Amino acid sequence: MKNNVTITVINSGGEIILEAPNDLGLNLMEFLKASEYEQIEGTCLGIALCATCHVRVLESSPLLNEQMDEEFLMLETLPVSWENSRLSCQIPLNKNLNKISISIPN
Amino acid sequence: MITTDIAIIGAGPVGLFAIFETGLLKLRCHLIDYLPQAGGQLSEIYPKKPIYDIPGFPTIQAQELIDNLLSQAEPFKPTFTFGERVESLNKIREKEFIITTHLGTEIHAQLVVIAGGLGCFEPRKPEVIGLENFENDKGVSYMILDPEKYRNKKVVLAGGGDSALDWAIHLSDIASELTLVHRSESFRGSPHSVNQVLKLAQENKIKVLLNSTLKEVQGKNMLENVTVLNTKTHHVEKIDVDYLIPLFGLSPKLGPIADWELNIDKNAIEVNIEDYSTNVPGIYAIGDINNYQNKLKLILCGFHEAAIMAHSAYKYIHPGVKYTMKYTTVSGVNTF
Repeated sequence: MKNNVTITVINSGGEIILEAPNDLGLNLMEFLKASEYEQIEGTCLGIALCATCHVRVLESSPLLNEQMDEEFLMLETLPVSWENSRLSCQIPLNKNLNKISISIPN
Repeated sequence: MITTDIAIIGAGPVGLFAIFETGLLKLRCHLIDYLPQAGGQLSEIYPKKPIYDIPGFPTIQAQELIDNLLSQAEPFKPTFTFGERVESLNKIREKEFIITTHLGTEIHAQLVVIAGGLGCFEPRKPEVIGLENFENDKGVSYMILDPEKYRNKKVVLAGGGDSALDWAIHLSDIASELTLVHRSESFRGSPHSVNQVLKLAQENKIKVLLNSTLKEVQGKNMLENVTVLNTKTHHVEKIDVDYLIPLFGLSPKLGPIADWELNIDKNAIEVNIEDYSTNVPGIYAIGDINNYQNKLKLILCGFHEAAIMAHSAYKYIHPGVKYTMKYTTVSGVNTF
């Protein structure tokens, strides 16, 4: 659909493709929580202060928004993170994003 | 020993408003929270952030809301235990509960309200072989309560956030040997702290190991050494230590609540939507910690739950006593 973003969530059980609205001002954390991914807690409500919405971005189209300092610093506090780690609360689901493929670390 | 009508576990906004609602019914409350102050995540995580969905306040800062809730509760003389985590909750008989904290404080109450939000904020633990063997004062700590404990000791700090940097600076004058282990190529904390750490490293007051992760800890009874892997060169180094302090931030956990024989689903306590009571008579759960069909994790919903819970609590504590609800506009707020 025109106003949707395709989100592919890849985990050990395979992949799930979800469609999310891109015109409601949602971020990826909010959408994943609404889709009942238990690992996504979003404790700080989406202001990059808790890292309970950590995802790995495997692919995106077009390229994602860049990390701001506060997101990078929060990821730095984690025992483990990867080059493609992001806080899903900092990824807006807007018209600039068509597709995104992610995995959710345990 | 502390005795009260209602013990409230959690001093976040919903727990604080429960003081007011139960106070109107002349029930006294004692609140327990693991954090050192009232306010829950509003005070601890985002005190300066605006909240836009509190009825009657187009916008209000999180800490301001907490301050207001404390003022609103004040006429009912609540008492608090801060900095202690509730470890056990025992029901002796109807209307007799004993709560014990990890420091041994006992609270006797007729009724218990769990308003624990998302649970306790606990330190994140890295995956390191043997780590748990040296917890509980055997060499591994996840927070620094008394820096003097590390005087003239060999200490390894792990982490790359501001907390790790600040403690590295502080402990550089105290520890006999200090190593800071960080998994990235560089630090991106506050520039002032980063510069200070790098300066101390040049002066050989801190040994900084970048691109490095903790792999294993070893010792007989007490921690003796830490194995660190350089993820770029694959060089493995064993460091003699007295203490290892991983500082990887905090994460919410349900904690001991999970062992209290309450019905729990997806890290939340199942409640009866008529009064937010749990499956154990005399124990209620309100706010973000409970779950029911169409639950919304909003502060304003928690306030509603607190009001409904209070009237059910009154009936539990005073069975058979009829109470007619009065409006504060008419009867005012009568202090204890």
